[in-house]
Amino acid sequence: MVIITALLVAGLMVAGCVSGESPTAPSTTPTPTLAANPEELRIATTTSLYDTKLLDHLQSVFEKKHNAKLLVVSAGTGKALEYGQRGDVDVMMVHDRAREDAFIADGDGVNRRVIAYNYFVIIGPASDPAGIKGKQPEVAFQTLMEKGKAGEAGVVFVSRGDASGTHAKEKAIWKAAGFDYATDVQNSGNWYVEAGSGMGATLVMANEKEAYTLSDIGTFLAYKGDLTLVPVVSKGDILLNVYSAMLINPEKHTGVDTELGKKWVNFLTSDEAQHEIASFGVVEYGEPLFFPAKGNWAVMGVSEAEVSAPIL
Amino acid sequence: MNEIIEGFRTAIELIITLNPEVIEISIRSIIISLSATLIASFIAIPTGSLITFSEFRGKQALVNIIQTLYALPTVLVGLFVFLLISRAGPFGFMRLLFTPEGMVIAQTVLILPILIGLTISSLKGIDTTILDALRSLGATKMQFLRSVVSEARYAIMAAVVLGFGRAISEVGAAIMIGGNIRGHTRVLTTAISLETSMGYIAVSIALGIILLLIALVINLLLAIVQNR
Repeated sequence: MVIITALLVAGLMVAGCVSGESPTAPSTTPTPTLAANPEELRIATTTSLYDTKLLDHLQSVFEKKHNAKLLVVSAGTGKALEYGQRGDVDVMMVHDRAREDAFIADGDGVNRRVIAYNYFVIIGPASDPAGIKGKQPEVAFQTLMEKGKAGEAGVVFVSRGDASGTHAKEKAIWKAAGFDYATDVQNSGNWYVEAGSGMGATLVMANEKEAYTLSDIGTFLAYKGDLTLVPVVSKGDILLNVYSAMLINPEKHTGVDTELGKKWVNFLTSDEAQHEIASFGVVEYGEPLFFPAKGNWAVMGVSEAEVSAPIL
Repeated sequence: MNEIIEGFRTAIELIITLNPEVIEISIRSIIISLSATLIASFIAIPTGSLITFSEFRGKQALVNIIQTLYALPTVLVGLFVFLLISRAGPFGFMRLLFTPEGMVIAQTVLILPILIGLTISSLKGIDTTILDALRSLGATKMQFLRSVVSEARYAIMAAVVLGFGRAISEVGAAIMIGGNIRGHTRVLTTAISLETSMGYIAVSIALGIILLLIALVINLLLAIVQNR
């Protein structure tokens, strides 16, 4: 009994500690010179910005500058939007224009800014068993469907299958290729695999299966070292991939930290961050993972204000 | 095969050199799961005793329900707690989503049935002569409960250790409620999940070894107490 009571008392004390700022004693935060309690900002981000470590990189710059602590939750765009709709985060970083538009129209999001872009690529085995190398993405998908359904050896497509931005893009390509996603593509056979995971995990799976998949170029480059797959289709207007950041509407969701959120989004569109985005990964991967939005608004088909106007 | 050996080698290196991130994640895991276990014990042991020594209609049904909940899926607990503490939920104003406190709540809910159920089983196992003796000595209800719990303490402690094991090893609720935020809510299991998905096998193995070591230490401590 004594022991159990002692355990309980200890438990309450430990619980008390947990309720405090952080349960981490070790020396991972070497900036005690600033104010003791950095302000916290909750960000839901698409996995590609996280898995490539771009966000890590920008995060440390921003945190030092503003004495802030970014709490970054990495999830597919679908889940990120859900967090946003429930008001669980302050800022969202996603890449799915159509659903972003709906999100803003519903009054959940405000002040969208485009921060970067790159391209999607269709990744596949170097031997290219479906023979789609260099084709237009829509044609490549038609060929994949045809040969996959015919059961041709080695023709397998791994889909994100997780309502992410990349998954939305994949659906858009199927649509452009003349297929209805729910009836023609899903359940069309063993050749079409729905992974239900993030981009990194999906690439790893496609690699194991020696299959085709659709990836943003950034995540692919970041994982390239561990993969035997290569880009087979990388040209086509439909492959454009635009990343945005936006604030959760404080009028709809009370308690959202808009002030710090503004600072973060304005930081992302600043010359400093745009330069970081442009140069990120060049040394390590031989080419940039993302292109800066600044000056490229026409390429992305968005307004100039959306790229550079600071949020006031 | 090489990958596995290489993984183990790097893993041991990470542990021996006390890699700060690995250590931090381990400490966070222990604190969160220990808190959940202790809070759950605080609730479960009295509740279990009361259920055992009270007579009421539907008692057997209640015990059956509790035992069924041993198999409570962790993601279901995650979903349930998420809906409660998400800002759109009834306790949203407390801002518990994506916090270690939220994870403690989820793990507490997860292991409560096991602790209550095993407390009941432990108390049922007590020799009835002891119960009779206590009653005949005129023990008050409180004295009675304290004495029987004390009598069953080893079995109850084993239940508590089992609860801790389930709490620290679960990933479903931890990722839904904690969000796997680095430096904030990342624990051993969610880190293993992430590192594996990113292809960093060595780190995953290191974290896995630590997870098992924690379980080993806790069990050794229990054995020492029980053999005293």
